[in-house]
Amino acid sequence: MSDNDKSNFHDVPLDIARWGFPAQYDITLKKDSDDIFDDSRVIVNIGPTHPAMHGAFRCMAKLNGEIIEKSYSEFGYTHRAKEKLGENRTYHQFIVYTDRLNYCSSLINNVTYAMAVERLMGVEVPERAIWIRMMCAELSRVIDHLICVGISAVDLGAFSYFLYGFHQREKAYTLIEKVCGARLTTSYTRIGGLMADAPEGWENEVREWCKETREVIDEMDKLLTDNRIWLKRTKNVSVFNKEQCLRYSYTGPNARAAGVDIDLRRDQPSMFYDKIDFDVPVAQNGDVFDRYYVRMEEMKQSLNILTQCADRIKPGPIWSEDKRVRIPDKDVVYNTMEGLIHHFKFFMTGFNVPAGEAYTAFEAANGELGFYIVSKGGPAAHRMRIRGPSFWHYQGLDPMIKGGYIADLVAALGSINVIAGELDR
Amino acid sequence: MDVRTSIKTNWGNFSDKYGTAWEQLLTALSNDFTSSIEQILKPGTDAVDIPTIIVKKPIIIDFLRSTKDRYGYSFLSDMTAVDEEGDPRFFVVYHLMHLETKARVRIKTRVADGEKMPTAIPLWEGANWAEREIYDMFGIHFEGHPDLRRILMDQRWEGHPLRKDYPLRGYQIFLSPEPIDPELLS
Repeated sequence: MSDNDKSNFHDVPLDIARWGFPAQYDITLKKDSDDIFDDSRVIVNIGPTHPAMHGAFRCMAKLNGEIIEKSYSEFGYTHRAKEKLGENRTYHQFIVYTDRLNYCSSLINNVTYAMAVERLMGVEVPERAIWIRMMCAELSRVIDHLICVGISAVDLGAFSYFLYGFHQREKAYTLIEKVCGARLTTSYTRIGGLMADAPEGWENEVREWCKETREVIDEMDKLLTDNRIWLKRTKNVSVFNKEQCLRYSYTGPNARAAGVDIDLRRDQPSMFYDKIDFDVPVAQNGDVFDRYYVRMEEMKQSLNILTQCADRIKPGPIWSEDKRVRIPDKDVVYNTMEGLIHHFKFFMTGFNVPAGEAYTAFEAANGELGFYIVSKGGPAAHRMRIRGPSFWHYQGLDPMIKGGYIADLVAALGSINVIAGELDR
Repeated sequence: MDVRTSIKTNWGNFSDKYGTAWEQLLTALSNDFTSSIEQILKPGTDAVDIPTIIVKKPIIIDFLRSTKDRYGYSFLSDMTAVDEEGDPRFFVVYHLMHLETKARVRIKTRVADGEKMPTAIPLWEGANWAEREIYDMFGIHFEGHPDLRRILMDQRWEGHPLRKDYPLRGYQIFLSPEPIDPELLS
């Protein structure tokens, strides 16, 4: 990191406010020549398997007392070569790998990937499938934020707070299980449609869940937001201001906490987000508290979107009529020769995607999740680039924690919500 | 039906929204950098979703700076590389976004195997890790990068996994963890 990062951070007189003498006193202490620890530094290694690190990554910090003077990060422990696999698997086979990107909200990854390939092929998805996809995306966003605020509170010592959110998260998983049969690794979307239709009355269950969750979020809000200890640990801690956010390509709630007003759901509306009425919460300071509070407000907005979707969803087909991507129905496969051949060809060789390149981005729970797919024709991509927001967020951690306390490292890491699956890919 | 087909619920037709802004940008840029632009791919006519400008390597940083500072495409959405297996071998790809209009452009440059790319860190500090990843995965060196180490793979790893000639399977086992490098903390 270059030296000019420092200037922004040290404009906030954090250390002086807490520890040092105000400048006007001009006190210089005499050095104790017998003190062997004077001017000494400690190098601390945190991670890769540490309860406060959210996943397997590692942070090496040089400490002066409790203040972090310099640090660097290392990751890649969960690197599974997804981009390489994307070039060696068919487009259909790659769906399961997208689950494991941001595993706290795997449905959003499924949806974004399906959209990316559909865009390359020019496939239009029927309305019901889009509403279900939107509901899945918002449901995932809520549970991702629930775990983010919950875990960052656990890291700072508020354990019971986390359980409120986790209880609601379990219920959301049951709802997800009802549409796709899996709780964590969903693999729900297909190119041009969905794996299965949502069961009858699912939207009513979602509506009920929204009602409950709204109350729970209010309760969580009362429990923590004005708590004096929480405020002391989070206000003006690990500040990352607007200009820094833009330089480090921050997106999503972390950028909106610093006043960067970008939300791809509103600014580049895909699916039916332009028909939905919702607000984008933006804060100004970019500290841990703002990142927490933006997420709290976003959950409320997402619940609002969910109820609107539940009101507008109608019965209908969930598969595109495009013959290239449509998986043949089971009765056709079992009863006709042509259906069986079609099924076999579909799953053994995959479908061809016309040559072209597209960068499809969607507002995932953490920020802009992008798939840059270069196709040269054929059933597998030539290049499958995944732009995970956590990769860019984690990069800002070192300048963010510089000059702060080692205990605030945990607060900062929890608040930017780095997910190892998305970081390492 | 391919990427040129406009899908209403999947970002729709970008050209309706950004067509004039893109047209202005492309004419302005081709006036500024007449001889250095190799090719311009336009959505609608070519198989791309957003305007794709292929520029020659020596002026890439000037070109990016001009797009960023003069025309407002100041947000680096993504930076990556593609192994084209041709000559020159690689494409380095920058995705930029305009912060007000949210229009995007893609800027590409060709790099041969073993050739060095200039670094984009003076423009965006966030390019630091992206360049490290490109170095790690493709073996493209970036000139002027302060800390060009591997980022996802182990420092002792041999080969660059995302090159097309790299095998899909091939394990390299390290029995000891990577030690802390005190140099990086000084």
